[in-house]
Amino acid sequence: MPIEREVLMEVKNLRVEFKGGSKKPFVAVDDVSFKIYRGETFGLVGESGSGKTSIGRAMVRINEVAGGEILFKGQRINGLISRELDREVTQKIQMIFQDPMASLNERAKVDYIVAEGLYNTKAYQSEAERKAMVSQALLAVGLLPEFASRFPHEFSGGQRQRIGVARALVMQPEFIIADEPISSLDVSIRAQVLNLLSELQQQRSLTYMFIAHDLSVVRFITDRVAVINRGQLVELADTEELFANPLHPYTRSLLSAVPIPDPALEQAKVIIPYDPLGHDYAVHKPLWVEVTPKHFVLGNAAEIKEYRQRLA
Amino acid sequence: MEQPLLSVSDLYIKFSLRGRVLTAIRGASLDLYAGETLAIVGESGSGKTVLTKSFVGMLDANGWVDAGFIRFAGQDLAKYRGDGQWRTIRGKKIAMVFQDPMTALNPLRTVGLQIKETVELHTPLRGMAAKNRAIELLAQVGIAQPEQRYHQYPHEFSGGMRQRVVIAIAMSCSPQILICDEPTTALDVTIQAQILDLIRQLQAEYNLTVIYITHDLGVVANVASRVAVMYAGEIVECGQSREIFYNAQHPYTWALLSSLPQLGIKGQPLFSIQGTPPNLFAEIKGDAYAPRNPYALEIDFVKRPPCFQVSPTHYARTWLLDERAPRIDPPEAIKHLRAKFVEGAACR
Repeated sequence: MPIEREVLMEVKNLRVEFKGGSKKPFVAVDDVSFKIYRGETFGLVGESGSGKTSIGRAMVRINEVAGGEILFKGQRINGLISRELDREVTQKIQMIFQDPMASLNERAKVDYIVAEGLYNTKAYQSEAERKAMVSQALLAVGLLPEFASRFPHEFSGGQRQRIGVARALVMQPEFIIADEPISSLDVSIRAQVLNLLSELQQQRSLTYMFIAHDLSVVRFITDRVAVINRGQLVELADTEELFANPLHPYTRSLLSAVPIPDPALEQAKVIIPYDPLGHDYAVHKPLWVEVTPKHFVLGNAAEIKEYRQRLA
Repeated sequence: MEQPLLSVSDLYIKFSLRGRVLTAIRGASLDLYAGETLAIVGESGSGKTVLTKSFVGMLDANGWVDAGFIRFAGQDLAKYRGDGQWRTIRGKKIAMVFQDPMTALNPLRTVGLQIKETVELHTPLRGMAAKNRAIELLAQVGIAQPEQRYHQYPHEFSGGMRQRVVIAIAMSCSPQILICDEPTTALDVTIQAQILDLIRQLQAEYNLTVIYITHDLGVVANVASRVAVMYAGEIVECGQSREIFYNAQHPYTWALLSSLPQLGIKGQPLFSIQGTPPNLFAEIKGDAYAPRNPYALEIDFVKRPPCFQVSPTHYARTWLLDERAPRIDPPEAIKHLRAKFVEGAACR
């Protein structure tokens, strides 16, 4: 692995808030920073409500950013940006959504669904070219170009998710955020969609951010994983390192809860509960520390010392 | 041998859709024993939900039991017609917990009233007595401060808590059988473990018989004492949990186990089942899985395989078990299932 890798996407001290009426804003994401390198698959893991989707949505600029910066190839893309950059980012960063039953317009034909981004960015010269781009995208995800004239309800869950992937691909993106793309699919179809995603990554040298709560899938597909809890990153490391040496108590708890498809092991497994009050942060505030190269964890001085000892 | 609590034999369920007839269940036979936990696995459309819905008379209006028996408590449920008859079974003897607690609860009524409603409908308790029973049920499913929670609406509960409420409703008439249809699919792994524990605890307390419908083999491994694998409306393999995980005989079960992401090797494609499930509108000849089955024999395309007994508790519908069939070894990937997971678990 080369030492100097190109940073494609960088999130710096990101903060996302949701305001409800006159009440105090709810902080969904608090001071989150990470880098994503070109060509890798970056995993973002946490339970529902942890803010993982909010981060993804802030990166495609669906959610407003309350603080911090999001950089794409070193350029800031949140807040006010030039029209050219806006167009570039709209095209280069795409998202695949969780539920293919809910994310496709029921009243539009596949042709329109896949081409919607093209219409918005006017990224084609002629109608014939647009049609060709849609057919190509459909072929790339293993669907037939004839399907363009059909409606979403005529497809199975796996096929619908392929349409969702085609809609992202048609824009020729460099970076794709996949928000739980397979959690609503069957075991056998999951494997197909995962294979499709990694095939496309190799063919088109795509970079992925994979948002998920299913750790068995994350382990299989990602190169690096960040664990998020209550809007804060608690741990970040290479995937195998994280699974081999989880340090933060939340990560350990999350890993201990993963179901193992083996009756003897599953029934013998012990779940480690996580108590957020177990941290003594009254005096010593936690810091984001690199305990071993490329392995980051959130903790105060005493905790970091303990983590280092555990690794030694 | 022990008498089954509920026994399904050679059941056919059909639906009429836009003038055509779809056969959702094709000759399924299954026994359910008191106190056990049976998991039904299979991909979507394999008929696992339809099969269990027929135990409580909740088939959609365009569906009907075409042939076969569902024997329960000396009665044949397949002959039940009309809500009047079903109400003696549904909720009272056999209750159901659905996948998505968000849609199973009425968002406009407090959680307490929804439990009380069920209590009043099925038991002689009324008014305050029913309310107290509802609070008791909330406490039983592990909801803290049940008196306060009684007056709250579903949106004030988290996903896991909502599923607990749904379980409280299902338990309100102390049923004998609890059917859980993907009870944890919408939940996080940590919450999932809690819900599975709760069901296990209730099972021990009330001597419940539980049927899980799921496609998550991790959940199956956690809860099931027996497993039934469904494909295209029939049960292709059924046996003790360990027999299915460690000694599967049907190529479809092999395929399901092989597609587990835990068995994947990074950088290599994950095993996936080729082709698509059969069209249930058409008549299926031979073994329904044959067109997708790399181990299919000629006879698989002609004649439906009978049930072959592997052990007294384990049977599979595949011609591979016939004595004239060539000997085929299960795929390498699933042979050392246990060893692979031990290695994976040791990392933690």
